Amino acid sequence: MALDKPYLDVPGTIIFDADQSRKGYWINQFCMSLMKAENRERFKANERAYLDEWAMTEEQKQAVLARDLNWCMRTGGNIYFLAKIGATDGKSFQQMAGSMTGMTEEEYRNMMIKGGRSVEGNRFVGENGDAQAQNQPQGSAGKKAH
Amino acid sequence: MAKITASVFTSHVPAIGAALDLGKTQEAYWQPLFAGYEYGKQWMKDNKPDVIFLVYNDHATAFSLDFIPTFAIGTGAQYQPADEGWGPRPVPVVKGHPELASHIAQSVIQQDFDLTIVNKMDVDHGLTVPLSLMCGQPPADKFEWPCPVIPFAVNVVQYPVPSGQRCFNLGKAIRKAIETYDEDINVHIWGTGGMSHQLQGPRAGLINKEFDSAFLDKLINNPQGAADLSHMDYVREAGSEGIELVMWLIARGAMNDVAGGKAPTLKHRFYHVPASNTAVGHVILEN
Repeated sequence: MALDKPYLDVPGTIIFDADQSRKGYWINQFCMSLMKAENRERFKANERAYLDEWAMTEEQKQAVLARDLNWCMRTGGNIYFLAKIGATDGKSFQQMAGSMTGMTEEEYRNMMIKGGRSVEGNRFVGENGDAQAQNQPQGSAGKKAH
Repeated sequence: MAKITASVFTSHVPAIGAALDLGKTQEAYWQPLFAGYEYGKQWMKDNKPDVIFLVYNDHATAFSLDFIPTFAIGTGAQYQPADEGWGPRPVPVVKGHPELASHIAQSVIQQDFDLTIVNKMDVDHGLTVPLSLMCGQPPADKFEWPCPVIPFAVNVVQYPVPSGQRCFNLGKAIRKAIETYDEDINVHIWGTGGMSHQLQGPRAGLINKEFDSAFLDKLINNPQGAADLSHMDYVREAGSEGIELVMWLIARGAMNDVAGGKAPTLKHRFYHVPASNTAVGHVILEN
């Protein structure tokens, strides 16, 4: 019997379940290594060489080099692990979370100050809230990139 | 005998720790948040516990993907503040209470909850931010937390996390365990994490004030109603990381009224949006 996944109909969300965890074992363990200052220095000195020390897939390495957290997550990364990359880059959790929405830092920060993203239209895939696939990217950062 | 005199509930946002550590508490962005904890800081001084039983989650800090305990109790003598990638927070070492922790582990396991016993781990913002919020920054000449702390880590990183009902039942078992400890000590039980927030994907930044407000009402007056919420209620309504709220039910389940005693006294209730990506909730209940 396949794993029961009642969460697949939540838009804009990847639940870190056993399948994701298995797929992402090495990218996440690489992230754990960045909790040591000397490893952060080695990574910053030569990212590619540091990544090549890990049994990650080429796609996972590319996703890390691109600092594309949505891509990292699709390959099995978990946000609490990936946060170690952001910390190494001197980024806050707000900058990391915002980067996954296509908004600029300022746009995302303003959304939060105004009370955050509404759940309306964002409960189920198929609605029309701002987190739905048909409404991406959300901000001017993402629009510039496309 | 030991007694649980109060429960404290609070979010544990890492940016709150950074704001404290970098001296930003008076900035316009942060001022309303820290104002909401002034009551709690004074209350802690007036109602100093002998031990804090602190329920939190490890954020891929002590527990990597090598092992993922659903419930882990710290029975060690002390725990270092972790380096989560930004360097360790400049806060005191957390002193444990090995005797009470071991007693709780033995009693709770014999009540059919399979706890993982941990003697060595670093503790991350999930544990140290609530201590900072409630105890303030300890002075340099007495650089320590006001009392020993028993860390109790709950897996909310890899799905499935324990259900709200199981957490609530675990709280009942922890209450029994603490109340059979021979020494006359006063124990606080804290539930941390939440409230609504999502840190990932295009849905990042989700906040649901209506859900949070209803959750706080239930937590205070109808905790079984809060325990009835399913995983999907949290994920859909409160965001993928809003599921941390199950940890509040462990602390709530340990209160007297759940075991047939009188309803707790609500001493403080506070709610604020935003702290970084997160809705902050804070409640103090006394037995």
